[in-house]
Amino acid sequence: MFARVDASTALAPNPGSPSPGPRTPGRNLHRFANPGRFLRQSGAVLPWLSLAALLFTTTGLVWGLFFAPADWQQGDAVRIIYIHVPAAWLASAGYFALAVCSAVSLIWRHPLADLAAAEIGPVGAGFTALCLATGSLWGRPMWGAWWVWDARLTSVLVLFFLYLGHVALVRAFDDPQRGYRAGAVLALIGVVNLPIIKFSVDWWNTLHQPASILLTGAPTMYLPMLWPLFVSAIGYSLCFAAIVIARTRAAVMERRIRALLMARAEAAQ
Amino acid sequence: MRRFAAVLWRELRLSVRHGSDTLAALLFFLLTAALFPLAIGPAPETLGRIAPGIVWVCALLAALLPLEKLFGADFDDGSLDLLLLSGLPPPAVAIAKAAAHWLVTGLPLLLAAAPLAIMLRMPEAAIPALLLGLLPGTLLLSLPGSTGAALVLGARRSGVLLPLLVLPLTTPVLIFGVAAAEAASAGQSPRPHLLLLAALLAAALSLCPLAAGAALRHAAE
Repeated sequence: MFARVDASTALAPNPGSPSPGPRTPGRNLHRFANPGRFLRQSGAVLPWLSLAALLFTTTGLVWGLFFAPADWQQGDAVRIIYIHVPAAWLASAGYFALAVCSAVSLIWRHPLADLAAAEIGPVGAGFTALCLATGSLWGRPMWGAWWVWDARLTSVLVLFFLYLGHVALVRAFDDPQRGYRAGAVLALIGVVNLPIIKFSVDWWNTLHQPASILLTGAPTMYLPMLWPLFVSAIGYSLCFAAIVIARTRAAVMERRIRALLMARAEAAQ
Repeated sequence: MRRFAAVLWRELRLSVRHGSDTLAALLFFLLTAALFPLAIGPAPETLGRIAPGIVWVCALLAALLPLEKLFGADFDDGSLDLLLLSGLPPPAVAIAKAAAHWLVTGLPLLLAAAPLAIMLRMPEAAIPALLLGLLPGTLLLSLPGSTGAALVLGARRSGVLLPLLVLPLTTPVLIFGVAAAEAASAGQSPRPHLLLLAALLAAALSLCPLAAGAALRHAAE
């Protein structure tokens, strides 16, 4: 029953015709709700986005890992920040994106937001795992332990489990719509963890150092180290966007194929 | 309000009639906690130091047990639809269910925690703090727990999924609850930790029923 409804939205051909969306604040969103338009526009953007992502990430990582200065105290071990810090930012930002998609899906029943939320989950979990793994590798020589139960590490671990819970929940239903709704509610509940992660280093006396880069005020970091970090952060963000867009495109096409197969099976009956 | 009381009363009567299901969580709590002295050794100093953690973790796990049935049975036999059609808003249904879960599971756990803490050789000064922490703590397990239970309605392998959803959300409860008991056994005031627990309860009390109500509506669609 639901698959039929999906089929009609997924197969809507109308190329370029303005969508007759209601005149609400969400009207501009509905322009992008058309999966056909999304496939065309993202198909044009994706190769360039992937190229830029690759370029920025490689530049940032090579710059950081080979040319940036070593730390006076930590030596070459400091270079892991060029992998660790952008992964940590993307882990939080990815969850925020997941929550925004979930809110859009709950409020406007936006079909692309459902698919995007379902695809952000595994990617965000991957970045969180990368952040945890690299942090652990850095912690061994610096703190003398692979893992420390301080507030920052614990809250990021909880973030990782929230991602995994979302991934498992979205895919646990026979009716995909139910999965998207339940996952959206869960993602919105999990948002409470984001400020805890952000402020954990200020609220508690953690072993993890507080933020060095602030929106207000000068960074407490040496500039030749900061530049490669920024470049690799941009690269990581572009990578995240490119992977999510590619996965969402695949999900849209998967839906189309399923709808076509269903239509064919019904016609054969 | 009459409808709310009727739903709550129905839940309580159901759990009395299925007495063995109701007691299973309590038995699980006592049994798992009794495993720790056997596994770690009965030395009072070790046992007494980790006793708050044991009690809290076992209470957390025991509170998870009845969650799958909380909405699941009503969802399967269709009475959830009737509950939602009764005119009671879905968040109120969720609050009634969470209250029933607390009365049937949380409160017995709270009552059993004191003798258990004594058996685990917890310092006597810390026991009031442990119980005062468990009072909002068990409520804080029921509220996110009922939200999780509403979310997994109709999912495949919902029993496995439920702990994965609920346990990450209850970590702050565990942390502050254990911190209150440990502060008391170290001779400090448990007050800040208890206040934080109360703050968490205030937040959960207002937010969890909304989320659970939304999930119930989607489940019944």
